[in-house]
Amino acid sequence: MKKERIAKSTKSTWITLGIVVVAYVIMQTLAETGVLSSLVKGLLVPLCTYAIMAVSLNLTVGILGELSLGHAGFMCVGAFASAFFSVCMKESLPAGPRFFLALLIGILAAALSGFLIGIPVLRLKGDYLAIVTLAFGEIIKNLVNVLYVGRDENGFHFSIKDVLSLGMGKEGKVLINGAQGITGTPKDSNFTIAAILLFLTLIIVLNLVNSRSGRAIMAIRDNRIAAESIGINITRYKLLAFSISAGLAGMAGVLYAHNLSTLAAQPKNFGYNMSIMILVYVVLGGIGNIRVSMIAAVILTLLPELLRELQDYRMLIYSIVLIVMMLFNWSPKAKEWREKYSLKRFLGKKAAKEEA
Amino acid sequence: MALLEVKNLGISFGGLRAVDSFEINIEKGQLYGLIGPNGAGKTTVFNLLTGVYKPSDGKVTLDGKNITGARTTQINQAGIARTFQNIRLFKELTVLENVKAGLHNNHPYSTVEGILRLPRFFKVEKEMDQKALELLKVFDLDKEADYLASNLPYGKQRKLEIARALATDPKLLLLDEPAAGMNPNETRELMDTIRFVRDKFEMTILLIEHDMKLVSGICEELTVLNFGQVLAQGKTQDVLNDPQVIKAYLGE
Amino acid sequence: MSSFFTFLINGISLGSIYAIIALGYTMVYGIAKMLNFAHGDVIMVGSYMVFLSMGSLGLPPVLAVLLAVVVCTVLGITIEKIAYKPLRKASPLAVLITAIGVSYFLQNAALLFFGANTKMFTSVISLPAISLAEGQINITGETQVTIIVCIIIMIGLSLFIKKTKAGQAMLAVSEDKGAAELMGVNVNGTISLTFAIGSALAAVAGVLLCSTYPTLNPYTGSMPGIKAFTAAVFGGIGSIPGAFVGGILLGIIENLSKAYISSQLSDAIVFSVLIIVLLVKPTGILGTKISEKV
Repeated sequence: MKKERIAKSTKSTWITLGIVVVAYVIMQTLAETGVLSSLVKGLLVPLCTYAIMAVSLNLTVGILGELSLGHAGFMCVGAFASAFFSVCMKESLPAGPRFFLALLIGILAAALSGFLIGIPVLRLKGDYLAIVTLAFGEIIKNLVNVLYVGRDENGFHFSIKDVLSLGMGKEGKVLINGAQGITGTPKDSNFTIAAILLFLTLIIVLNLVNSRSGRAIMAIRDNRIAAESIGINITRYKLLAFSISAGLAGMAGVLYAHNLSTLAAQPKNFGYNMSIMILVYVVLGGIGNIRVSMIAAVILTLLPELLRELQDYRMLIYSIVLIVMMLFNWSPKAKEWREKYSLKRFLGKKAAKEEA
Repeated sequence: MALLEVKNLGISFGGLRAVDSFEINIEKGQLYGLIGPNGAGKTTVFNLLTGVYKPSDGKVTLDGKNITGARTTQINQAGIARTFQNIRLFKELTVLENVKAGLHNNHPYSTVEGILRLPRFFKVEKEMDQKALELLKVFDLDKEADYLASNLPYGKQRKLEIARALATDPKLLLLDEPAAGMNPNETRELMDTIRFVRDKFEMTILLIEHDMKLVSGICEELTVLNFGQVLAQGKTQDVLNDPQVIKAYLGE
Repeated sequence: MSSFFTFLINGISLGSIYAIIALGYTMVYGIAKMLNFAHGDVIMVGSYMVFLSMGSLGLPPVLAVLLAVVVCTVLGITIEKIAYKPLRKASPLAVLITAIGVSYFLQNAALLFFGANTKMFTSVISLPAISLAEGQINITGETQVTIIVCIIIMIGLSLFIKKTKAGQAMLAVSEDKGAAELMGVNVNGTISLTFAIGSALAAVAGVLLCSTYPTLNPYTGSMPGIKAFTAAVFGGIGSIPGAFVGGILLGIIENLSKAYISSQLSDAIVFSVLIIVLLVKPTGILGTKISEKV
């Protein structure tokens, strides 16, 4: 009986991981045999990136139960920290170790910023927490946009004004150019790496959820006062979940940065719009349901691209689909209707009969 | 020395003195009742003892250790566990997981061991499952172990809360109206369970209850609270026959 | 010193616009307990209405503004009926995402109808500027009107809520929906009314915004919407005076930091102040503390 229990959660984890492996093998084969259009090929890494974002945000929103609207900010930190490192080390390190180190740096930088932001912020609740995380996301984006870093024979120069005020020597090279960001990041990521990172993200999050710490985190979500009363350290586990979630978003940022040669923080990639889009994946996929939020991320990233032929109408259709899906998923009337006609119910009845 | 010693405990909310110079001594293994009319400040006493509120004055000593003004988490680790008047379960967790959450501090392994599924994860999780099922069996909840806590009927939810509190291996267990909403049969059953818990785990129990049958049936000593102050204290039968107590309950 | 005064006045004017938008956020939040993310986009719709009716239809400014107010009011009520009402008992997150869907919808519908090009908006206000301190301080007509309109709206709204039956019903619903219903308050009607007022105010805010900052595109409402939401939280969400105070303060902080610190960092400064305020006072400047009963 006891064995069964661990086995049950493990089985579900294996299924999720299996889906990733199968999807990877199929897509990789299709890509190699040239069936995939270059458009879809170009989407493979972003798909994994957004899936990682969705899974990691689900840790905060679904498992910890706190609404965060600044998840893209952590992605931004991971992207810039790692891209900066990779640009600096472009000549001195081979691609493999360079990307590995960049990955570590990106994750740690994002996790650290998650930790530091989490200390004050996690005292707030609900909508207040939401607006403060949104504010932090915007601040991060804003700060990155005014950051200038250059390097010459004397070392690094920093400024928050412009390139001139870096005061570099003749040989100086601008590494981070304010709103123009970082150019010349080596394209170190590819679909295989992206799939591996998604795989790792799932292992981390799913194993965390099905462990003692995950239980503590969910206990806090379900009833903070009761969790305190059984001796669970609230601050510690909130920070743990928030930092891991931020670190994983940082990892997605590393992937993102190393898939493009130019990295600039704009409203559409690291602004609150992106945070909200990731939140849409999480909520549509089922709050707290890691596997489905990953799938939702993939489908909803693909959807606008597949609708590309409809051009101007595609985002309009996307928004209508979104509203209709929310109404269908959550409105009490739709729920009744679904329960009445659901496939599961028919199957459920059958299964129950067979068991009896 | 008594297990729980409370001296001159008090708290004010704004101008209102909700609890004033509250004193109590509970010996190890005792089954102690805290009674009083609605609004007398009984739950406030529980909240003061468990650190939900910080006392304005007074001193609380548990097993010789001063825990006055400590945080809820620390107080639980020091050895006080409780249940709540308005049930507070982890609704989205299963019955078993609720109890396992209670085992959190006594069966540790690190987050990294959990994520990497190192051998200790399997060992400790197995221990936890065994321990949790044992506890659930005491409360006749083992068959529902894999139900979501929110799907349990009301009476069983109350029992699950007690099981979860016991999982933290406390020295003192505080029960806030454990029989609220139960029918006479369930209440009788609950009385047996509480006695059983006291005997089996050598537990000290302080409970708030309005059901006088339960109180007079299992409590050895009572404290009566009225308007935030101790009205009477002593052996159950003496207290219940005290004219002052009768007056407080029945009115003039 | 005189330039400081100019920045301050302009800040108050910008803040007045934020305050008017924030009122819509705060009222809807107070009553429906939801963050209406689409509120900012209603502003944009209102601005386009004015732009079109003045440009294409050649309506005089007053009529154009009236038309925009009517269109936005109807839009607000429609959005509530179609998208939010079915979800009234659903999780707040689900409603939030639906509101985001509505926001996308409005933006992309505008993109389709009006194109992505930024339009130059002609101010609806033709009041002359006031010169003070021997011409060192100039207060434009837009600034004067914005501040006055904001004050009128604040006073009008406060009176409406205090003196009228519908206003009292709004208070009752925001306090306790169930109890209000038992007392015979028409909850659905009250919620519709709240959305109507909020959206009408959004139209006014849109006109004022575009008269002061004369560019208009489908995303025009988005950032001011977020800022106004910030202002509402800053002042204490659900509180009408809070929205006013929060909006004005936000406008002043934004304008002064643009002038004296860095125009690129002004958003970061605004958001930092918000964070600091919330950390000191977790429910905003005028918000009331709610503690959970154990």
